[in-house]
Amino acid sequence: MQRPSPLRSAETPEWVSRLAWGLGSIVAFFAFWEVMAILIQHRHLPGPTVVFAAMMREATSGELLYHIGMTLYRVAIAFTLAMLIGSAIGIALGRNGKADRFFDTWLILFLNLPALVVIILCYVWFGRTELAAILAVAINKIPNAAVTVREGARSLSRDLSEMAHMYRFGYWRTLRHVTLPQLAPFFLAAARNGLSLVWKIVLVVELLGRSDGVGFQLGVYFHMFDVAMILAYALAFIFVVQIIEFGVLQPLGNRVNRWRR
Amino acid sequence: MATVTDTATGSLSVRVARKIYPASGQREAQPVLNGISIDIEPGSFVVLTGPSGCGKSTLLNIIAGLDPDFEGEVKLGGPDTHLGYIFQSPRLLPWRTVRENIELALPAGDPRVGQIDDMLRHVGLEGFASQYPERLSLGMQRRAALARGFITEPDVLLMDEPFVSLDDPTAQGLRELLIGLWNRRPTTVIFVTHDRTEAVMLGTRILRMSSANATIVQDETVRLSPSERTDRDKVLAEQERIFRDG
Repeated sequence: MQRPSPLRSAETPEWVSRLAWGLGSIVAFFAFWEVMAILIQHRHLPGPTVVFAAMMREATSGELLYHIGMTLYRVAIAFTLAMLIGSAIGIALGRNGKADRFFDTWLILFLNLPALVVIILCYVWFGRTELAAILAVAINKIPNAAVTVREGARSLSRDLSEMAHMYRFGYWRTLRHVTLPQLAPFFLAAARNGLSLVWKIVLVVELLGRSDGVGFQLGVYFHMFDVAMILAYALAFIFVVQIIEFGVLQPLGNRVNRWRR
Repeated sequence: MATVTDTATGSLSVRVARKIYPASGQREAQPVLNGISIDIEPGSFVVLTGPSGCGKSTLLNIIAGLDPDFEGEVKLGGPDTHLGYIFQSPRLLPWRTVRENIELALPAGDPRVGQIDDMLRHVGLEGFASQYPERLSLGMQRRAALARGFITEPDVLLMDEPFVSLDDPTAQGLRELLIGLWNRRPTTVIFVTHDRTEAVMLGTRILRMSSANATIVQDETVRLSPSERTDRDKVLAEQERIFRDG
């Protein structure tokens, strides 16, 4: 006899089941946090209710949206720049063995250069300007994107290129229908890793040299030891990044992979 | 090496003095093809056969222009000879549907796009036009590759063991389909196989290659009428005649 699962009956669609698990897990996390905060009773560990109240205060004053907006603006510019330049470098190195052998050491060097060093050097060389801030973030991400896309460019199918040649696809058709679809998973992987890396570096850049943005606010509230506000900004920003992940990157990933079995 | 156009559309003249695979690692440079000289009439169905590794696919790639590194010359008949190639693996774009794969083989705005449904019906893929190749069996993928090869109406169609690794009934069905397509739209075909029965069943002329001296050792006309090609006994008798010396 077949017994229905207690969590997912035959009638429940998979996404409902996944959503239920996700929501349950979040509720459990906040409940655990609240209980710990009540038990410890320390001003440096506010519970989620206190943090959400602080978030609401900051949101109604307009401060929260303004600073998140500034951070998102920097993330968007630095991310786009890094993806464009990193992908171009990755494709060039993936398709040219000699260039790859020569520049591989450069890539390793930049990959291992601490983000903080790049940020400090950019501020020293270009001043504490918007350009220096964005440049510092982009430089940190470019080697990462280049390495990921290089793997894609290295593994382009010669069989499919020959097929495109024999059936006279021409340059643009080959690029659109043969080359880019093969690189798409690598672009997506670079974008996913890139987004999580870029927004973390943007916060450091703002902390060290800007007068607005979530990173700047975290610095201000750190000096005031206002942990509730620090957590309020952190949670709000995590929420925004999750919206980008579920609203943009996941649908894009599903579209790119729709042909797979 | 050189690829030039001359004489009648669909005819071919292939001269390969030497083709060598360069030395790599501990392996010395190896001659793969040696003293090849073939003239092919338009509309003939030529089968290149021989043991694995004798250079059949290499020769096909040289004719296709995919391997320009050889000593010799390939002359294509007609000023704008259109070559088609049906590869050993179907080489369909997995992220494009069956219809899109066939459509992409045609120039943008080509009126033959209107014939795709008819072609799909003919190869038994009616109702599968919007499927992605990965969701089809290997046999169906090969049908789609055949449809793509024939829709472009090539003057010369190159086929590299297109029915390999299929079960016998499926391979036989595809051979019959190929004969049907070829009769419907006659073209010059150069077909590579190591299957002797398949060679006799399909070819009007068989070129037998040897790996020992990397060249063509036998050039034989198949003496079977179209109706006799489906008669297994007649095919086996002809196979026995052509390949009697081993």
